[in-house]
Amino acid sequence: MSLIEKIFGRTEPSPPVRSVGSAAVARERLQIILAHERGDNNEAAPDYLPALQAELMQVISKYIRISQEDIKVQFERQNKFEVLEVNIILPEK
Amino acid sequence: MARIIVITSGKGGVGKTTTSASFAAGLALRGHKTVVIDFDVGLRNLDLIMGCERRVVYDIINVINNESSLNQSLIKDKHCDNLYILPASQTRDKDALTLEGVERVINELAKDFEYIVCDSPAGIEKGALTALYFADEAIVVTNPEVASVRDSDRILGLLASKSRRAIENLEPIREHLLVTRYAPERVEKGEMLSVNDVKEILRIPFIGVVPESQAVLQASNSGTPVIHVNGADASDAYKDVVARFLGEDRPHRFLDVQKVGLLKRLFGG
Repeated sequence: MSLIEKIFGRTEPSPPVRSVGSAAVARERLQIILAHERGDNNEAAPDYLPALQAELMQVISKYIRISQEDIKVQFERQNKFEVLEVNIILPEK
Repeated sequence: MARIIVITSGKGGVGKTTTSASFAAGLALRGHKTVVIDFDVGLRNLDLIMGCERRVVYDIINVINNESSLNQSLIKDKHCDNLYILPASQTRDKDALTLEGVERVINELAKDFEYIVCDSPAGIEKGALTALYFADEAIVVTNPEVASVRDSDRILGLLASKSRRAIENLEPIREHLLVTRYAPERVEKGEMLSVNDVKEILRIPFIGVVPESQAVLQASNSGTPVIHVNGADASDAYKDVVARFLGEDRPHRFLDVQKVGLLKRLFGG
């Protein structure tokens, strides 16, 4: 490095544009995955849902012939409400 | 009333124990009687970072099981008068760390200490949940890197749902974002997430940045919290963090690439 360079700094081309760096990719990936994970609210869905679904299936099967796919059990959190939605599709006669 | 602060992150290796040691030492340097508890049962390391590993006789599990008194288990720090360390057990079963037991220990400590700093283990299992359960404040240690940011986000979810304050519907835990291992020159090149990126994603109040620093490894080699290494950038950064935590308004440093002065350029750094 010459003395001139030492004093005035190297004349380098302008610094690389930020958006071409991998940090921008990292930011975008994080925003997408976290929006997904926060939206999912993994913790909100209680882990008894599959058992609940299986037991409902047993009870209903005593009276009506239905299949596993005809029972949908879903849990949702909307603001301050927790909604347990049970949807049973009865077979056509 | 003692304040209980958890140092947490989700991800391992981001600087929780380094931060716990220097933050607790910083509070003590400012004249506050402080105790720092290692919650990492089975993988204790705070004692090594604080340089008191050879003085551990009893640990927190002994206190919980009534095998030793609290005073027998507390280790007085060799650098600060106001600082004590409560080590984790290296050999006992993790399940011995019960919420009831920890509550009893914390209540007893609260009679004597102004600040109780809880060094959380990595992960989101029982140890980490126990460390954060009683917290009034949380310092979320995050590296400017995708895995660390995601895990911090997860921990924020747990602070808001699994802590005592959340469960008992009290005022929420005060959260502070601490970005560690920060390299402004890499941020400038677009190779590393900036502090603003991390702040924007995690959306909690920002308490400061600790630059990537050679002093951290040197300090841990010798068992001295890095805050005691006067003149080191990481030491200044932690002193700022402690001051801000105590309510002082300090301008943020270490965010930009240090401009080399004319004299330094001429005569070398």
